[in-house]
Amino acid sequence: MRKFSIFAVAREAMRGHKGWEKQWTSPEPKSEYDVIIIGAGGHGLATAYYLAKEHGITNVAVLEKGWLGGGNTGRNTTIIRSNYLYDESAGIYDHAVKLWEGLSQDLNYNVMYSPRGVMMLAHNVHDVQVLKRHVHANRLNGIDNEWLTPEEAKDYCPPLNISQTARYPVVGASLQRRGGTARHDAVAWGYARGASDRGVHIIQNCEVTGIRRSPTGAVTGVETTQGFIGARKVGVVAAGHTSVLMQMAGVRMPLESYPLQALVSEPVKPAFPCVVMSNTVHAYISQSDKGELVIGAGTDQYTSYSQTGGLHIINHTLDAICEMFPVFTRMKMMRSWGGIVDVTPDRSPILARTPVPGLYVNCGWGTGGFKATPGSGHVFAHTIARDEPHPINAPFTLDRFRTGRLIDEAAAAAVAH
Amino acid sequence: MLLIHCPYCEEERPEIEFRHAGEAHLVRSSDIATQGELEFAAYLYLRQNPKGVVAERWRHIHGCGRFFNAIRDTVSDRILTTYKAGEPMPDLDSVLANAENTAPSGKPLMQPVASKSKA
Ligand SMILES: Cc1cc2nc3c(=O)[nH]c(=O)nc-3n(C[C@H](O)[C@H](O)[C@H](O)COP(=O)(O)OP(=O)(O)OC[C@H]3O[C@@H](n4cnc5c(N)ncnc54)[C@H](O)[C@@H]3O)c2cc1C
Ligand SMILES: [Zn+2]
Repeated sequence: MRKFSIFAVAREAMRGHKGWEKQWTSPEPKSEYDVIIIGAGGHGLATAYYLAKEHGITNVAVLEKGWLGGGNTGRNTTIIRSNYLYDESAGIYDHAVKLWEGLSQDLNYNVMYSPRGVMMLAHNVHDVQVLKRHVHANRLNGIDNEWLTPEEAKDYCPPLNISQTARYPVVGASLQRRGGTARHDAVAWGYARGASDRGVHIIQNCEVTGIRRSPTGAVTGVETTQGFIGARKVGVVAAGHTSVLMQMAGVRMPLESYPLQALVSEPVKPAFPCVVMSNTVHAYISQSDKGELVIGAGTDQYTSYSQTGGLHIINHTLDAICEMFPVFTRMKMMRSWGGIVDVTPDRSPILARTPVPGLYVNCGWGTGGFKATPGSGHVFAHTIARDEPHPINAPFTLDRFRTGRLIDEAAAAAVAH
Repeated sequence: MLLIHCPYCEEERPEIEFRHAGEAHLVRSSDIATQGELEFAAYLYLRQNPKGVVAERWRHIHGCGRFFNAIRDTVSDRILTTYKAGEPMPDLDSVLANAENTAPSGKPLMQPVASKSKA
């Protein structure tokens, strides 16, 4: 794979951009691999990339039922932050933020990581207590997070309405300056390119329909729409479809799949400098480099695989956006869509071995796993390669729902992203 | 937004009057003290989460306030039928066979009346 550089861009500019190569290959599936990853989202592709790069395991296939990055990876609002409450969460999300910081260089692919700051608004006493608790807990874990007055919040984000007569007035905010956004598609493409370059087979339009096991119960491969493919290690990285896949191996999961929606406005000049989230009024907003406002809404209340959600959900979010940012009341919304997110009872992910020998699962990222993509792939590759968890993902077992050692970010904050 | 047929009010009402209340027909052991932790964890946390037909609880919280159950297809979000709490789960085959006589809200539709005379 030829490297991207200023010289490559100049050379191609001279010859009409005719010399760019395909960024990943599309091989026919072999009859057997050392490792199969099910799901070519960011997490699955990152897992394959680090299996090849860090562990020298290159006889790997990533199987994708649609096109790579077409799941939640290509549907999310791209917010990145690591200001989670508990030590375990701080460990895994900050591991990811540290990888984000050098990711474009590592992949030689611009993922447009932009640490423009993530500001979380407080609208009432409870919010203040919760967010301040997060600020203190984060600092004890060496993660930057600071408390802002409403005036300081407005300095950081001028479009913000801090009028005290608002329906939900802003009474303060927390700010993680290292938080921000990245370009979601580029993350999938960059990992796909890096993995393919190291020999990983990325096989699209290949839906897994069954998981085959030996008489002893161990995994021997997967049935797919392109036939049987053998492997003694299989990693399920299928987000909203995890329950469906794990059912094929007879494992019931502590997961429920919900639609989560987002929408973008018409593009405008740079008007919004950071990311703002409000869990109380339920809205998330940033501006993409194309100029669109990127707005995240809440989940529907019922489980679904429809990849669409109710209109009243995004309507509610737009009410909140207009109240917090009156300057946007006349903006037109261009597109809205839904993704299916896999939610665990404690709102923390599962990256672990399973009761089935050779079967590994990376799921439960729910409404907020894009930010974790590099860290998740990194430690999950370790888990598969060594058949034991990396210290960072060791607490994120499937068994915690039996032992009761939950990592209860849900109760801690009811945080969505 | 879904339209949902409440089997108590016998009316189709918009989804915002209702609260979804999770998978239906989960039975809490009457003898929890002797139940193993695996069984209790399964009751508490493991869910079928099917892609297809699900039996789920709803509560008509801004109406009659009562809990009831619905059979819904999680791919189309179409409700195939609703029934009162405490009633057994209807036979899925006959629910599916009867789908064309049901509105997307789960409301039973009247059988089409055969026209008496041809004009
Ligand atoms: C609207 C929305 C907004 C979000 N906003 C944020 C945010 O701001 N910040 C954040 O951190 N997170 C956010 N998230 C969550 C984030 O998108 C996900 O946690 C993350 O992208 C999951 O990545 P993944 O690679 O695990 O899953 P995916 O990208 O969904 O990849 C899973 C892949 O598995 C494939 N697959 C499924 N079944 C099969 C099968 N049987 N055979 C083969 N392939 C299969 C799917 O087609 C899919 O491509 C948001 C999600 C949504 C929907
Ligand atoms: Zn009712």
